[in-house]
Amino acid sequence: MSGLDLFALALLGLLLVTGVGACLSKNLLVTLIIFMAYSVIMSIIWAMLQAPDLAITEAAVGAGVSSILMFVTLRRLRDIKRRAEDEKEG
Amino acid sequence: MKKKADLLAKLRRWDAGEFDLTDRLEEGFTPDEPQDSAYPWDREAPVERLERAQIRVWQRLYPYLAALLCAVTVVFLLYAVMDLPAFGQAGTPSQNEVMERYVSKGVFETGAVNLVAGVILDYRAFDTLGESHVLFTAAAAVLMLLLGAAPGRSERELEGIVSSDLIVQNTARIVVPVVLLFGVYVILNGHLGPGGGFSGGAIIGAGLILYTLAFGFARLGRYLNFKTYRIIVLGSLLFYSLSKCYSFFCGANHLETIFRTGVPGRIFSAGLILPLNLAVGTVVACTMYGFYALFQRGKI
Repeated sequence: MSGLDLFALALLGLLLVTGVGACLSKNLLVTLIIFMAYSVIMSIIWAMLQAPDLAITEAAVGAGVSSILMFVTLRRLRDIKRRAEDEKEG
Repeated sequence: MKKKADLLAKLRRWDAGEFDLTDRLEEGFTPDEPQDSAYPWDREAPVERLERAQIRVWQRLYPYLAALLCAVTVVFLLYAVMDLPAFGQAGTPSQNEVMERYVSKGVFETGAVNLVAGVILDYRAFDTLGESHVLFTAAAAVLMLLLGAAPGRSERELEGIVSSDLIVQNTARIVVPVVLLFGVYVILNGHLGPGGGFSGGAIIGAGLILYTLAFGFARLGRYLNFKTYRIIVLGSLLFYSLSKCYSFFCGANHLETIFRTGVPGRIFSAGLILPLNLAVGTVVACTMYGFYALFQRGKI
């Protein structure tokens, strides 16, 4: 077993860990960060599978843009919740 | 249908003044005080009330109709799939002839060294046209949903968030030009190496988002506002549609264009692939940034 194989196995294991972790974590912010890590690992795997097109797209869309959009959505949800609490208090 | 007729009959009696507690249409309606009621439907003309009842009937029918539509679509798609050769069969043309043609003659016929770009933007450009319309429809739906939605924070709060962080600003100052340049490189070399319109556009979009995070919407808005956004997106989509819509009439067959395939490996080669990559890239970059702006502050 060469070093590259071991690296690939480690990546696949991390992929499983991050995938399950993103589902199981209670905090949405933590879920998003784990999800970003998942995308980065996935893009390395795409590059190792000789699909550089997909690796670039996964890194830009999966780890970059979609995560940012979800962060923004999370913040807006928190703002809405905060505003509702403010109104309830007076 | 019977229910609807029932409801309409009730409404007619109600309009004629024959109030009955058991016949009330809404909870909370009391027949003793029909005037000055707090409920808006009491002040409406009978016709409007009828329309409201009909809308209510439709609302009740809506889930069933949606399920019926879904079922019809599923049956239609399954019927279309029946025409395909069985999965894994050795003699299917898509596993032998098509693949061999693409691999052996792809570079010569499309002029693109990157075979993926040759397939998706030349051989199967018609399918990519449909895909880009799906993307555009999704972007239009998001635009309709979020345009004018109240932002989570006030303008001043947004300004305070995006323009005060020194670390983010200095990082962005160094990183953003490199990111944008890399995105342009990926788009322009889509037919020569890995990449293409979509990935390059996504990279440029991410760069624009980083720039906005660091320096605020106002600075980027000087050259990318809603008007330029619309011009770029619609112009690019129109160019793509015009250059590929002949497939509707000649069955996705290849046509000679003024763009020659040229020498494979040069930057100006591969016919229409480079302009199409540019169009897709600008659309994707604008859409990514537009999504971010819509989510963040409810306008582009």
